Amino acid sequence: MTHAVETVGLHKSFGTLEVLRGIDIAVEPGEVVCVIGRSGSGKSTLLRCVNMLEEPTAGKVFVGGVELTDPDVDIDAARQRIGMVFQSFNLFANLNVLGNLTIAQRKVLGRDRAEAEEVAKRNLEKVGLGDKIYAHPSQLSGGQAQRAAIARALAMDPELMLFDEPTSALDPELVGDVLGVMRQLAQEGMTMLVVTHEMQFAREVADRVLFMDAGVIIEDGPSAEVIGNPRQERTRTFLARILDPTHHGPTDA
Amino acid sequence: MAMSKRQRARVIRGGQYGILVLAAVLFALTANWGRLRRAFLDIEVARGMFPEVITVALKNTVVYTALGFGFGLALGLVIALMRLSSVGPYRWLARGYIEFFRGLPALLVILAVGTGVPLAFPGTILNRYVALMVALGIVGAAYMAEVIRAGIQAVPRGQVEAARSLGMSPTKAMLWIVIPQAFKIILPPLTNDLILLTKDSSLALFLGSSITQQELTQFGRQALNQSRSLTPVLVAGLCYLIITIPLSLLSLRLERRYGGGVTTRGAGP
Repeated sequence: MTHAVETVGLHKSFGTLEVLRGIDIAVEPGEVVCVIGRSGSGKSTLLRCVNMLEEPTAGKVFVGGVELTDPDVDIDAARQRIGMVFQSFNLFANLNVLGNLTIAQRKVLGRDRAEAEEVAKRNLEKVGLGDKIYAHPSQLSGGQAQRAAIARALAMDPELMLFDEPTSALDPELVGDVLGVMRQLAQEGMTMLVVTHEMQFAREVADRVLFMDAGVIIEDGPSAEVIGNPRQERTRTFLARILDPTHHGPTDA
Repeated sequence: MAMSKRQRARVIRGGQYGILVLAAVLFALTANWGRLRRAFLDIEVARGMFPEVITVALKNTVVYTALGFGFGLALGLVIALMRLSSVGPYRWLARGYIEFFRGLPALLVILAVGTGVPLAFPGTILNRYVALMVALGIVGAAYMAEVIRAGIQAVPRGQVEAARSLGMSPTKAMLWIVIPQAFKIILPPLTNDLILLTKDSSLALFLGSSITQQELTQFGRQALNQSRSLTPVLVAGLCYLIITIPLSLLSLRLERRYGGGVTTRGAGP
């Protein structure tokens, strides 16, 4: 069986800074995998390597059995099947919500306007933004903007969804709406790779959790085990800080 | 007695106003108003310029400027994209173009196009409108390319990343996402370029023309020769302001609406 995502010996350096130092992961179709770890541990870079927004320095990336690191691959065609959600939403500022959802459908998938708008509206209903079709991105709250961004990715009918800290830029009271949409997506069987600091979400929704530190994967296992009963010292230290930020405890280095 | 900082500022500001008023009063007292009025405000001469100053001269100024601006904008966009290209020779070519034509007086370019093209391609009769469109466009493009480049670079990186992550090619992302946003950012400095080009269109004078092709400066000069009064200069000048002041106000309004623009052009040529 082909993996939904597979990386083999993935390395990425920015100048002399080595951000990824040999990452081997596999995500199966329908699986929800959360990547956790301190900022600077390389988790966002890993995610951005999966759809080649960052070009790996060494190693291979496969998505749905297609090698994206192959220099001859049609990367634009490959990305149509990979939805990506950014921390800063990145809704197109020159288009309203409907335009944001239809532009790639029309210009990339070649759907006609009527079909694209129908797909857009269906996906906006799904994320609870049926009444914001004609709103401009600047008129949306952070939570609404992020849900619109999720709907934009879904409108392309992706096989895989990448989430890069989707709730980190949101006010705390808006986080729930976005996580709710992601939870629903997971229940529908979407394959998801999620970089997040939301431990509750990771514990409840993810099938598997990867803990990253200093450019390598330290721990990889079922979410309840990695979060509930980590085997590695570094995972324990990290989780202690995240789950109880005011008490660093005796494990604090 | 030491003054406080605020007192000192007030005294300095008062001094500045004083100098301004003094200069105005001196000018008003010493200038020969009678002669000035006779030279510049001969109503008969002014009346004689109408309606042609509007129907022919103003119209032609607008037409030449619009043609030059349109051609320059298109050429400027191409050069801006070349300037940002990953292909070295494109970048060098664009840099060379910008440095070359930004450094030349518009007059030389107009003369070069107007007289050079027929020399280079014997037998071609260059339509005056085409010649001016090309010449003004070449000059305008050098300025606009830098403005457009700055505008493109001012579009946040995340916009391109989002577009690429949806499967758009670099070209599609540029065309549908980046350029529309860049143009919104650069509307104020672009309006400024349009104003400068309006004034540069006066250099059409040097290409010679029939009566119906005269723009404001040329028309004013001819009226000047016939009337022995300087009034035509004033009338032509006011006509330029009819075009440029609304544009200037528009530019300010756009700037307020979209925030500070990107400017790469300081003073005019």
